[in-house]
Amino acid sequence: MADEKRTTLLLDELEKGPWPSFVKEIKAAAKAKPAAEDLLGQLELSYEEKTSHWKHGGIVGVMGYGGGVIGRYSDVPEKFPNVSHFHTMRVNMPSGWFYTSDVLRKLCDIWERHGSGLTNFHGSTGDIILLGTTTDELEPTFNELTQLGFDLGGSGSVMRTPSACVGPARCEWACYDTLALCNDLTHTYQDELHRPAFPYKFKFKCSGCPNDCVASIARADLSIIGTWKDDIQQDDAAVSEYAAAGMDIQKDVCDRCPTKCMDWDGKKLTINNRDCVRCMHCINVMPKALRPGKEKGATLLIGAKAPILQGALLSSVLIPFVPASELLDTIKELVSRIWDFWGEYGNNRERIGELIQRVGMPAFLDAIGLDPLPEMISAPRDNPYIFFQSEDVADNPEATVSEEAENKETLKEKE
Amino acid sequence: MGTQTERLTDIGPPSYEQFLHPVIRKNYGKWVYHEDLAPGVLCHVSESGDRIYTVRAGSPRLLSIQTVRLFADLADRYSGGYLRFTSRNNVEFLLDNPENIEPLKRDLLAAGFPVGGTRNAISNIVHTQGWVHCHSSATDASGIVKAVMDALYEHFTNQKLPAKLRIALACCLNMCGAVHCSDIAILGIHRRPPKIRHDLLNKVCEIPTVIASCPTGAIRSATVDGKPSVEVIEEQCMFCGNCFTVCPAMPLNDPENDGLSIWVGGKVSNARSQPRFSKLAIPFIPNNPPRWPEVVDAVVNIVEVYARNARKYERIGEWIDRIGWPRFFELTGIKFTRYHIDDFKYAGLTYARSAHLRF
Repeated sequence: MADEKRTTLLLDELEKGPWPSFVKEIKAAAKAKPAAEDLLGQLELSYEEKTSHWKHGGIVGVMGYGGGVIGRYSDVPEKFPNVSHFHTMRVNMPSGWFYTSDVLRKLCDIWERHGSGLTNFHGSTGDIILLGTTTDELEPTFNELTQLGFDLGGSGSVMRTPSACVGPARCEWACYDTLALCNDLTHTYQDELHRPAFPYKFKFKCSGCPNDCVASIARADLSIIGTWKDDIQQDDAAVSEYAAAGMDIQKDVCDRCPTKCMDWDGKKLTINNRDCVRCMHCINVMPKALRPGKEKGATLLIGAKAPILQGALLSSVLIPFVPASELLDTIKELVSRIWDFWGEYGNNRERIGELIQRVGMPAFLDAIGLDPLPEMISAPRDNPYIFFQSEDVADNPEATVSEEAENKETLKEKE
Repeated sequence: MGTQTERLTDIGPPSYEQFLHPVIRKNYGKWVYHEDLAPGVLCHVSESGDRIYTVRAGSPRLLSIQTVRLFADLADRYSGGYLRFTSRNNVEFLLDNPENIEPLKRDLLAAGFPVGGTRNAISNIVHTQGWVHCHSSATDASGIVKAVMDALYEHFTNQKLPAKLRIALACCLNMCGAVHCSDIAILGIHRRPPKIRHDLLNKVCEIPTVIASCPTGAIRSATVDGKPSVEVIEEQCMFCGNCFTVCPAMPLNDPENDGLSIWVGGKVSNARSQPRFSKLAIPFIPNNPPRWPEVVDAVVNIVEVYARNARKYERIGEWIDRIGWPRFFELTGIKFTRYHIDDFKYAGLTYARSAHLRF
């Protein structure tokens, strides 16, 4: 199709304006790649007809893996033969999305040889997305990627590619080493990442502090959010500097504190750390004066997901505090129990959060061997429908079932 | 090609350590504080006194290898070859020499990449694939993001909003972009039940799986023209598309009826108030490519009303907490409809269960 110049009147409108244009990106790739040229054509058709022109899925992949490649076929291949196969490869990014120019160029070279020349930096879960190639090119691309030291990320019912915030590499608030933990988890669970054996997807996201820059509480089945146990580190001289520079410490810091645990008398900031919920607001506002405490670790929360199937969930507290040095071992031990339970009782396409909704958090805690803690709830139950366990009630041999009740039972069984 | 190399598998991602700037490697975990030097420019200071400067630029996420190579060239020229990307698809150059900040900013701007997205700015929109690469999308993603960011450009390059503002777009309810906790979420929605391909269904789908996939139990088995298939109880369908995900013979794309909804007031961060879901603001806006002006206007309106009325550090949800939803609808001029009142599971939790009313 490259011989006749395609007109893309609608998409051309998206080259205008100050924000960088994805249409310019596709056109740049199209100079060398017929697939990018046909992508442009098919996309223009979608813009004309207000509908997608991709077919549903298709199982393709590299040898021995059950995920990492999203099969994609055009539903108008006669018009756009160069995107009749247009599969995506998810490539597991390095923790924290750090690169050198050298390694980026080598990734580009591989994709120039084998694909459309189009990428996403990055996909929603964090992988490098190599956007569009043919079935024949999957294995050669994979071989070159692994020679460069890269591997595929997850898709389908697997442990999805874990992700981490910038962490201690460039953030003073990191309460644990998010990059190391993310990297260790990813390497520990390569089999779970590449070979679907779960009821559905399972995501880890590592955020170094409660600002949660990787949205773990909204998106991760196991959210690992850095926090601290002791007092906020406070530099009084720096507090005074902020005040001298014009910050209204009463209004912008104390009054915004969710538990009102701070007092400012015009000279001295006093924090009642027992009441602090570690929300990060005061630290965010005065990064030179306040820092997380020294006893660092993370809160583990479970069960976040988007709406499909039964509705969206935020993660909820599972273990209030794990010291930073114990995180990896604790998580490994914990997820082996969680995955066992989920593997046994989870329905097809049921995330762990939905399974917990279905069986109840107490039953889930019993199954994975954790004790209930008040930190797990926003409030105790407000309904009286308590499932008392048989071991907690006295066995009363005097109690007999009335004849009437017995008859009803029998009737029910017959139904 | 041609040479025999051992086939490697399960090697996992390359170690991040080899990609860290030497100043970062030396000061790993030793950062004490940071300063905002300008929109999109940060300076982190270590206990050693070392400084690392970050210059952040927006990108369209969908990048050609030509642009990735351009970023690599800029990194070589200004940041020793070291760069990273953020969770919101921005590119960050990591510099040890502050004299390189301005020339790098100039080069980025000249190449069309705005510097900003820090502090009380609107950072880049996280989004999904849309018509570029997805079969179930009710709308495009990149096109709307481009049009909206064109209109909000100034809010990326300065940081004058009351608080940070995070926008996300997902092109269907699968929410690969997990937009459900954003200050403003743009969500593609379908509005008609699947059109069942009875001729295909039994060949390409497992009927029990299709039935089980429906969250409202709206799908039951049926025999159509002598073939085993399914039927949908249409009044029970809320167009989630989960049946289509498990079964290609249940397509629900519909150019006339697909479109967008707008949600507001969600957040992920724990700062001040707890993380929370976004709530419905506008139930439906038709698809209007190539620039979706109605969507752009709706988002800009919400941003402007918020910017005029919120207090310092109030994010959209926190601002609405203070003023109440009736006033949000009044100030934005958005029509309140029956669709805003929840009628799915646990709906009562969002009913006003007190006499606390503002007049």
